[in-house]
Amino acid sequence: MIRFENVTKTYRRSSQPALHQISLEVARGEFVFVVGQSGSGKSTLLRLILCEEEASSGNVMVAGRELARLPRRKVPALRREIGTVFQDFRLLPNKDVFQNVAFALQVLGKSRHAIRAVVPETLEMVGLAGKEKRLPHQLSGGEQQRVAIARAFVNKPPILLADEPTGNLDPTTSLDIVRLLDRINRTGTTIMMATHDDGIVDQLRKRVVELDEGELVRDQMRGVYGGQR
Amino acid sequence: MRLQFILSEIWVALRRNLSMSISVVLVTMVSVLFLGLGVLTQRQVDTMKDYWYDRVQVSIFLCTAKSDLPNCSAGAVTALQRKDLRSQLDTMKPLVKNVFPESQQEAYDRAKAQYPDSSTYRDIKPSQMPESFRVQLSDPTKYEVITSSFLGAPGVADVQDQRRVLDPLFNLLRGLSFGALVLAALIVLCSVLLVATTIRQTAFSRRRETGIMRLVGASAFNIQLPFILETLVATVVGSALAVGLLWALVRNGLGYLAKLLPVRFITTADLWAVTPWLVATAAVLSVLTSWLTLRRYLRV
Repeated sequence: MIRFENVTKTYRRSSQPALHQISLEVARGEFVFVVGQSGSGKSTLLRLILCEEEASSGNVMVAGRELARLPRRKVPALRREIGTVFQDFRLLPNKDVFQNVAFALQVLGKSRHAIRAVVPETLEMVGLAGKEKRLPHQLSGGEQQRVAIARAFVNKPPILLADEPTGNLDPTTSLDIVRLLDRINRTGTTIMMATHDDGIVDQLRKRVVELDEGELVRDQMRGVYGGQR
Repeated sequence: MRLQFILSEIWVALRRNLSMSISVVLVTMVSVLFLGLGVLTQRQVDTMKDYWYDRVQVSIFLCTAKSDLPNCSAGAVTALQRKDLRSQLDTMKPLVKNVFPESQQEAYDRAKAQYPDSSTYRDIKPSQMPESFRVQLSDPTKYEVITSSFLGAPGVADVQDQRRVLDPLFNLLRGLSFGALVLAALIVLCSVLLVATTIRQTAFSRRRETGIMRLVGASAFNIQLPFILETLVATVVGSALAVGLLWALVRNGLGYLAKLLPVRFITTADLWAVTPWLVATAAVLSVLTSWLTLRRYLRV
């Protein structure tokens, strides 16, 4: 589903590469934790998949597309196959829960009928049934992240990227959020989650990819945060 | 995107950025107003020209007994000379549309009627007024044909084209209308820069929405469309206000003047003729400015 072949990314005005010679393959339906310290290259890895950045060298393949050869006008079509969740939720403060989730479908031109059918179903799946009319500031951090996940997943993308989705949440809520992502993963969605949270990585025992100063230093099935065990 | 969704988003955005929307409406109004004034002044000059050129005549003044002009040294025009001049004019149709012979008495009466209080005509006698042929041309710009044919002919004192009197006035009016257009161009430039700045600020204030649109895979067109339509709505409202002001000016201002002055003024029909061009110019400029600004400042 996602493949990196000797990918290096060096940002302009930076002498050190953010990612260096990364080769990695993620199969359809996998759940991968990307771990590493701040500045290790986790976010850059996700940004390359999203076509937010271009690799300086090497190939990135996502959902059958070679990103280096993908014309700009075809990038939106690629992004429709990728849901994204961030640490800061990125909700629209003047729209309620339903409208925030519906927004993702409205901008893609989905019919009102389809939106009315899909949004409540997705909200129920993420555990927000009955809270459709709440505004983001009336929700807890965990609930806001659920709205963000609902928005990322409402279009049923085959890939879901999560960049530190539990960074602003307490440990219990974090675990709830990761369990939700795990449930989404069981529907067949490939999930890549960048995190610092050792507790949840250790608890879920999924594949762990570790980056250190842009180098891939560990790729372990059923891994833990710090390696070994 | 669905039309209803776009319209609701535009309505929300216009309300949220009310001060920016009002500034775009007002600056568009002022620039379209000046553009309209420039274009309408041009039309007014053309209308006046048509009106006056229809009435202007080339006057062939004939020699009187007391003429001291070099061509009149032989004395007053003779009946034969007068007849020859008349038949020469008749051969010059269709350029010569009409010929009105004016006797000395008629010239005297007309001068008295036109300038009843003038000291120049107080002590003058009909015999001192020149007899003339007033010639109306089908194409007033070809007055030189008449001048060259008759100036210096026996019995002709002088040939005068009234256009020479009117042309400086028309040139002045043309200069003024050109000035109005230059001013309009400067104001249009201001409005283009203001629209660009407004779009930049709006794009910045809505980066969260556009960021989400981008992430969920909305195309560049779909992301840019609401911004462009918002500007277009503000531009059309501003243009409509400007056309309303121009309408009031033409209908009331010029309508009032038309009752006082013997000049043909432009009417609201002239305004309606230029309105589509004014609105289209404003709309095309705003859409183009928005699109170029968004291409530069809105990452997709």
